[in-house]
Amino acid sequence: MTVRVRPAEWQLALPLALAYAAFFLVPLLLLIGVSAFDDEKITTLGFAQWRKFLADPFTWKVIVDTVKLGCLTVAATTLVGYPVALVYLGAGAGWQRVILFVVILPLLTSVVVRTFAWIVILGHEGVVNQTLLWLGLAPAPLRLLQTEPGLVIALTQIEMPLLLLPLLSVMSRMDPSLRDASAALGASKWRTLVRVTLPLSLPGLVAGCMLVFASSTTAFISQFVIGGNRLVYLPLLIWQQSLVVYNWPLASVAALTLLVSVGLGVAAIAALGRRGRAYAV
Amino acid sequence: MRAKDLSYAVVVGLLAGLGFLILVGPVVIVLLTSFTQGRSIRFPPTGLSLQWYQLLFDSVHSSQIHRAALNSLEVAVVAMVGATVLATLASVALARRSGTWVRALDTFFMSPLILPMLAFGLAALMYFTFMGFRPSLALIAIGHVVVVAPLALRTTSASMSQLDPALLESSASLGASWFYTFRRVTLPVIAPGIAAGAFLAFVGSLDNVPISLFLAGPRSDMLPIRMWGMMESMLDVRVAAVSGVLIATVLVLMLVMERVVGLTRRLRD
Repeated sequence: MTVRVRPAEWQLALPLALAYAAFFLVPLLLLIGVSAFDDEKITTLGFAQWRKFLADPFTWKVIVDTVKLGCLTVAATTLVGYPVALVYLGAGAGWQRVILFVVILPLLTSVVVRTFAWIVILGHEGVVNQTLLWLGLAPAPLRLLQTEPGLVIALTQIEMPLLLLPLLSVMSRMDPSLRDASAALGASKWRTLVRVTLPLSLPGLVAGCMLVFASSTTAFISQFVIGGNRLVYLPLLIWQQSLVVYNWPLASVAALTLLVSVGLGVAAIAALGRRGRAYAV
Repeated sequence: MRAKDLSYAVVVGLLAGLGFLILVGPVVIVLLTSFTQGRSIRFPPTGLSLQWYQLLFDSVHSSQIHRAALNSLEVAVVAMVGATVLATLASVALARRSGTWVRALDTFFMSPLILPMLAFGLAALMYFTFMGFRPSLALIAIGHVVVVAPLALRTTSASMSQLDPALLESSASLGASWFYTFRRVTLPVIAPGIAAGAFLAFVGSLDNVPISLFLAGPRSDMLPIRMWGMMESMLDVRVAAVSGVLIATVLVLMLVMERVVGLTRRLRD
């Protein structure tokens, strides 16, 4: 008689769990540990770096700017992304495939490539300025790079696929007869949008907004290349302190601050979503 | 048509049009710019030529870019294989199970998608440095496995949930071993999900910035980091040519994956 070795299936999660414990959880705990050292050589325990960081008004300006950038990007992606999802909802199966492809192509295109594209578009001799000059709408080229609006426009494209994927997922499972019923009962399209489509798609919208907020606040290369030295966000502080100044405790403090800010922002979006659903029902 | 419905069509149409323009425009503009005859980056390009592609493929002038591209490819293949194997095993383990522990583990595995990866990049740099390692491609690959595993896990778990448990039961009741059932029943059903996940993991590693930024060293230069350097130092039109190659590669791979495993639908669902 042969003995059958039958692995308990739950054990198959162990390799990934152990890899995550060793190479993800422990490094993150280390981040907390290193932040609790006073000096750059990491020899004296203490909270001097935390005190120095949090007592500096500049730090708070950077934190507020980072969260603000995330909120503006969420607002801008929703403003143009939600209508894209509505067009998807109303399209036939063939066009839906095309729209899905158009959404996913930029997602799979390198962030550095997309950032570079916006330099070509927003630059001094860029597409926008040339169009404005040609139309006579501006007397001289506008300064678009190294400004917050320019950065938000670029991040809108860079982050929009993250908003749209969960949104389209929910939209494609939505029962079309509900919208038809709303129209048949005499509701205008605006009313159907506000009372039927929006509440039903809320979970997808909330999931998308969370991803956009988390991604835009940490998008170092886009922030640095398009924002330049004039716009300072938390990722730039982390990069400067860790790889330029080599003050790892302070870099860890900045990294944990980013982690907490993003966590709070994401939690706030989730709470808003729950409140919105309570109103809708 | 009522006035209200007309205003709906106009507002939604205009905003969605702007949305599509913002999504696709930059990709098209980069592609066209890369064929410029001029010496600077501007749109519309001044005359068409392949000069920047020629310079990019010149093994003497662009050797650093070639080195970085090969490093990125090597890391992407290793990270893809590692992440796909680990994620497939985990998805089999977690499929059709519920309970606090399973949910907690699932959240843990998905957390790299929402946590700021820059913080993890710094953490990984300090961790490996304290353990006495020098920067190397192997360390970058380990870091990449952590951040791309959730992408593979998502598509694999989705196809696991579509697997009919009755198939597994009948296979077992006919005397097949666990491994035989896994190989002959489970694997063929979830193979498209695994393939889609592997593709996402590959692209995710190839494009990764936050981990490579911290773990790349002088001898382990990565393509996105090198491109960033090229954009910073002087606006080198070869960046447009590299972008062109990357866009074309992703487009071709995407079309192939769409044909073979229905990639876009898997990503949506």
